[in-house]
Amino acid sequence: MELHTINHLRELEAESIFVIREVAAQFENPVMLFSGGKDSIVMFFLARKAFYPAKVPFPLMHIDTGHNFEETITYRDDLAEKTGTKMIVKYVQASIDKGRAVEEKGVNASRNVLQTVTLLDAIEEMKFDCAMGGGRRDEEKARAKERFFSHRDEFGQWDPKNQRPELWNLFNGKKHIGEHFRVFPISNWTEMDVWQYILMESIPMPSLYFTHEREVFCRDGVWLATAPFMQLKPGEKAEVKRIRCRTIGDITCTGVALSEANTLEEIIQEVASSRVTERGGRADDKRSEAAMEDRKKEGYF
Amino acid sequence: MIDDKAAVLTGKEIGYLDMELLRFTTAGSVDDGKSTLIGRLLYDSKAIFEDQMEAIERASISRGGEEVNLALLTDGLRAEREQGITIDVAYRYFATPKRKFIIADTPGHIQYTRNMVTGASTANAAVILIDARNGVIEQTRRHAYIAALLQIPHVVVCVNKMDLVDFAEEVFEAIKTDFTEVARKLGNNDVHFLPISAKLGDNVVDRSLNMDWYTGPTFIGLMETLPVGGDHNFTDPRFPVQYVIRPQSDQFHDYRGYAGRVAGGIFRVGQAVVALPGGQKTTIEGIDFGEENLQLAFAPQSVTLRLAHEIDISRGSMIVDAVNQPVQSQEIDLMVCWLNSKPLQLRGKYLLKHTSNEMKCVVTEVAYKVNINTLEELHEDTSIGLNEIAKISVKTTRPIFFDPYRRNRETGSLILIDEATNNVVGAGMIL
Repeated sequence: MELHTINHLRELEAESIFVIREVAAQFENPVMLFSGGKDSIVMFFLARKAFYPAKVPFPLMHIDTGHNFEETITYRDDLAEKTGTKMIVKYVQASIDKGRAVEEKGVNASRNVLQTVTLLDAIEEMKFDCAMGGGRRDEEKARAKERFFSHRDEFGQWDPKNQRPELWNLFNGKKHIGEHFRVFPISNWTEMDVWQYILMESIPMPSLYFTHEREVFCRDGVWLATAPFMQLKPGEKAEVKRIRCRTIGDITCTGVALSEANTLEEIIQEVASSRVTERGGRADDKRSEAAMEDRKKEGYF
Repeated sequence: MIDDKAAVLTGKEIGYLDMELLRFTTAGSVDDGKSTLIGRLLYDSKAIFEDQMEAIERASISRGGEEVNLALLTDGLRAEREQGITIDVAYRYFATPKRKFIIADTPGHIQYTRNMVTGASTANAAVILIDARNGVIEQTRRHAYIAALLQIPHVVVCVNKMDLVDFAEEVFEAIKTDFTEVARKLGNNDVHFLPISAKLGDNVVDRSLNMDWYTGPTFIGLMETLPVGGDHNFTDPRFPVQYVIRPQSDQFHDYRGYAGRVAGGIFRVGQAVVALPGGQKTTIEGIDFGEENLQLAFAPQSVTLRLAHEIDISRGSMIVDAVNQPVQSQEIDLMVCWLNSKPLQLRGKYLLKHTSNEMKCVVTEVAYKVNINTLEELHEDTSIGLNEIAKISVKTTRPIFFDPYRRNRETGSLILIDEATNNVVGAGMIL
């Protein structure tokens, strides 16, 4: 028998493209969530490949906390323009102004949790029946049990104990009116796979992922970037360091890494030798042992 | 900057990119040392990071445990940690320089047959743990049965806790003999045996210093070399159409491509094919993958096929070799694993999903139920509840195009969906 194999990145790519095409085929009005982070960038490039030479048949949506790294917004707008993709932006600030969400108080205040309100409102308002996200199962223990096709009830909630069985490559997107799905095309990728794929495919990345000088301060052992809406605690001191982001999220809770990595190869070397997970710097996960599970049940990504 | 296409480096040019992917499922309970084995694999391959380890240590201590409980790493949900049980399939990832591994970690208790089946459905290999002190027990047979039913291509039997039987070769050999007999009856594929101590690390990543008599590979050595290349079907060309790509742009005005994932065999440019249903003949004009044009495509690649003639093809159609065609039928015999607490209804109607096709079906017969512990066929008892396995027949509203599950796991598998709840209630393997 004639045998053929593909490497692990090609196999993951084939799986993700299959899942993205299933979404386009099974749902009426899907949307792909875009955060400007590496995972959503890779997911979008997979979607382009899935439908080439046609355009990606669904819009992207960014839930904007207003607390961004400037580079993220530049990259986002550039990407939408150059690829001719529709980019919907929904602002957490608008949810706060409407009284739908209340700003957290204190020095650790973050708009991370508030994104859920804005996201669920947008899904309802725009009648999306499926939202794809770049969540990966290796990121966090509650995500390790998430399905590719994850059912959400009419309140957008996830019921982790009662998930639908998912077998072979047979994905079930059947739902009742008012319910929707979250779909995670890159579920099986690790941080390393993502970087290797970016290198293999020469995907352009925001400059934030490469080393640069930035004003930062240290809180509970994690380096955070300074920003006008961040308050320093007594004893915390802003200083300029050479850093890069391992994840890109809301600036208030995204830890940055002291790093000199300036190329994709150097980033891969750094990821390979790292002894701390990329979410180790995410203050949003440290709130409790089940912080991610709790947020996800409410409808967070 | 987005459209700048730099020179694309292939996997070969960057050595460490060139790894194969192996998916394996582990079945067993904490008592078998399953969590210890997984914990050790993750830890020794540096897939557990310091912050995760610290979190586990904190959690172990807060629960009053003395040792670090690696099960806390895999039990991600609050209810699982509170109750000390594993509820659902957890996926874990680690890599060695040769392979990337995906573990579908499933609880081994009888009530979790549905999870075991779920984890097994995409696995290249099943890892079955046997406690050296207990030998082949009911649970072992159940796991071997599911591995055989789901046609997992490789079975790796780890005889664990060898340290508790003085690393005795006779114990290992006796278990090997017992399991070989079970596997022969069940029809397990490619069975391997390893004597290990997950707790002490013997023969897991490092070779055991306590078992000179064992000359085979370590667990990780075996997993790195299991030949996964032949796990897909490369004989029977099958291409279920997922989505039709029609750009309708000026540049690609007449482009019409059929997007899908090769489910079997090899497709080549110029090959004579037919489209089912209908059976119109045509040839493959091009195989597209993003901006690349390929000469051939095989499982599990996701590609887009262009055909020489314009024929009526939509989602649910299947492009197959002109000569080597699948079975087409409305009456299907299958083994089903029931996944829902509401029992299977004889004469009941379900939605059936098979490849990219879906239609209604009615259950016309329950031939027998399998006693999952004794593996007896119960012809009198035809009530099929949660976690039970049975041979049934269904009749579909339209013909489906399939191969027996034994021949092709992609075109031989189906799921049944309850139309009232939209839940997946049955996992079927076509006979």
